[in-house]
Amino acid sequence: MSKDIRVRKGLDLKLKGEADKKIVNAPQSSIYALKPADFHAVVPKLVLKEGASVKAGETVFYSKYDEKVKFAAPVSGTITEILRGAKRRILEVKITANGTNDAVNRGKLNPASASADQVRSLLLESGCWPFIIQRPYSIVANSEDTPKSIFISAYTTAPLAGDAEVILADKKEAFQAGVTALSKLTTGAVHLCVGKGSDLKNIKDAEVHTVKGPHPAGNVGVQIHKLDPVNIGERVWTVGAEDVATIGNLFLTGEFKPERTIALVGTDAKESDRKYYRTVVGANVNSIVGTVDTDNTRIISGDVLTGDKLSNDQPLNFYNNTLTLIPEGNEYALLGWLPFTRNNVPSNAGTSFSRLLGGKRKVDTNLNGEERALVVTGEMEEVLPMDIYPLQLIKACMSGDIEKMENLGIYEVAPEDFALIDFTNTSKLEAQEVIRLGLDLMITEVG
Amino acid sequence: MKWVRNKLDQARKPFEPGQKLEKFAPAINAFDTFLYTPNHTTKKGAHIRDVVDLKRTMITVVFALVPALLFGMWNTGAQYLYQDMGLDNVTDVPFWDAFIEGALLVTPLILVSYIVGLTIEFIFAIYRGHEVNEGYLVTGMLIPMIFPVDIPLWMLAISVAFAVLIGKEAFGGTGMNILNPALTARAFAFFAYPLYMSGNAIWVHEGATDGISGETILGTLAQGKSVAYSFFDAAAGFIPGSVSETSTIAVLIGAAILILTKVGSWRIILSGFAGAAIMGLIFNAFGLNALMEFKWYMHLVVGGLSFGIVFMATDPVSAAQTLKGKWIYGFLCGFFGVMIRVFNPAYPEGIMLAILLMNVFAPTIDHYVVQANVNKRKKRLSKAKAKLQTA
Repeated sequence: MSKDIRVRKGLDLKLKGEADKKIVNAPQSSIYALKPADFHAVVPKLVLKEGASVKAGETVFYSKYDEKVKFAAPVSGTITEILRGAKRRILEVKITANGTNDAVNRGKLNPASASADQVRSLLLESGCWPFIIQRPYSIVANSEDTPKSIFISAYTTAPLAGDAEVILADKKEAFQAGVTALSKLTTGAVHLCVGKGSDLKNIKDAEVHTVKGPHPAGNVGVQIHKLDPVNIGERVWTVGAEDVATIGNLFLTGEFKPERTIALVGTDAKESDRKYYRTVVGANVNSIVGTVDTDNTRIISGDVLTGDKLSNDQPLNFYNNTLTLIPEGNEYALLGWLPFTRNNVPSNAGTSFSRLLGGKRKVDTNLNGEERALVVTGEMEEVLPMDIYPLQLIKACMSGDIEKMENLGIYEVAPEDFALIDFTNTSKLEAQEVIRLGLDLMITEVG
Repeated sequence: MKWVRNKLDQARKPFEPGQKLEKFAPAINAFDTFLYTPNHTTKKGAHIRDVVDLKRTMITVVFALVPALLFGMWNTGAQYLYQDMGLDNVTDVPFWDAFIEGALLVTPLILVSYIVGLTIEFIFAIYRGHEVNEGYLVTGMLIPMIFPVDIPLWMLAISVAFAVLIGKEAFGGTGMNILNPALTARAFAFFAYPLYMSGNAIWVHEGATDGISGETILGTLAQGKSVAYSFFDAAAGFIPGSVSETSTIAVLIGAAILILTKVGSWRIILSGFAGAAIMGLIFNAFGLNALMEFKWYMHLVVGGLSFGIVFMATDPVSAAQTLKGKWIYGFLCGFFGVMIRVFNPAYPEGIMLAILLMNVFAPTIDHYVVQANVNKRKKRLSKAKAKLQTA
């Protein structure tokens, strides 16, 4: 029962600095780290202390409010440092790799014949569970839930983002095993969304849909909205494309080997370096780009719209397949507000020729203006291909009106769906932050 | 240009956080950011941002107003001079004579409007500790354009102060106001100083003195007389009226700028004209008196209807905010504008009252549009529940 999705609203940002579609092995990072901040709303409880030696797949910490959800070491080695911030909050658990890559073996399991309970407990024990994200709220899934459907997007539309098709090219067997395993966990179907002419069309145990259209058509949020929208009280899960292969690999080999393929993109990365690097979750950013002059270059783990800002020596984001280096735009622009000037900056607005001129753009992090009161209306709808009133939802989130947020569809959205609103907004509104705070409020008030 | 930047950086020093004049930072920032888009970088959310900002959007509206303003200056001069010089036709007045005469009359209005309005904006920005919003760049230009040219400057100043204080800041400042500030200024003056805002003597400079007639088309019609102007005269704007709202052609040039730059809502503009035309057609069908018989297409080009729909109704803050709501809102602005104009000729400008009325109703329109979406979501939920129960 596959359905084709055609998305019309949205915005494809054509940026300079894309990666060559060639995968190389990244030099081994000496330090790997788990960063609890990557797992929104998870409060970590440490199992191991500083100095303990670990194997890949051994539990390092678990979630305080859902003890079955365990977070495992990505590599074997020694826990050398537990970095804490204010109020002793854990910022990073650093593991110095010993290079042997010993992994805990939890035994192979044929996903086709395994029962739902077997699949669930293997995922929870092995440390693969955090790859499963639930909607609503966009947080790590609850270990007790059974979702009404599971979504995987292998259609990449985010600007410069690592292409799922390239990443999965040599991982099809593991990907298929992962899809089969996940299909046991839902009462509905596994929905796999791919672009036209995809290599993943013949994946079994999933409904394969072809998606066409500009960003954010590749976001799972848009796909869920079009195919099986989330109602109050319902749960839908989403898993990243490469993470499905990691889950599949667990079933095929019994070992937790969280590979991560990173596309190095952006104009501040050397052109010869811009390609796909195969490394492991939690690898240090300097293993790929070395030391970067962060005064003039921004390191973003993720794409330019949704990624995290990193400093030198920080681990890559747990979930992302992209590493972007773009210049910091800390420069003044003389009379930069004059209409139809600065057409080299990408824009969705009518007061710039940028869209008419076409071509790829070099971008920087300049805010291109200052924050202002919300005045302009109608521009948010242009980039949100959902049957949702974005301005009204954002205002409901700002005022913390729970009933209104529910009515307007807060359960159907994640911050990433509002990333383009961040980008296009005239008043420089931080829409993603507002939505995140709104979702956090819902977690505490509704759960 | 580097030394300008350096000078600015030097001038800013006492205003930086922790310094003596920290509180007055919004004032210096307003000047600084006018010259230079600041070097701020993204701190959270998306790392790259669109080039558009509120300054750019607002300046675009000011640019869109320029054709109407320039024409208004010429027309103000021409309307006065052709009678003063005893010519037969407005267009017989030498161009530069008319333009200079008009510019001399209109410029003081613009200066007063900006000085009074911006002073209040700056005070509130410093008091509230936020940056100066650019909205007044447009409001300050709109206000003199919709006043009669001979309004005493102190009345204009009071109207501006009222509009900014009560119409905008009392609601929380830019983005929060319910009524369009420029129309609030005009409505205030209209009710506070009716002698200077209506009647048949005020629409041309020195209209009150002997020999100069300053009647508008609508004023003539209200007295049951027939109109001496052709469709072309009215559309081109060679008629008496408020400073800049007479020329529908100049206004439509502005409308084209607003629509092409996506700054003004084409939905509101289109449905506004449609609403006015349909109301005009309905009245034509009855045709009980001179006003009702006034052709529907003439309604579109006389008075401030086009100016109101293009520049006032499209104000995104006081208009409906949903796309569907904009269709309804715009349509009713035009519809009621013509209705008030015909039923109550005591008010020379029905469109002003119609837009203010619709400003008040815009949130209600939005409410019902959004509620339809909410109901759809609730229906989907109950369907999903029913499915669960049968399964």
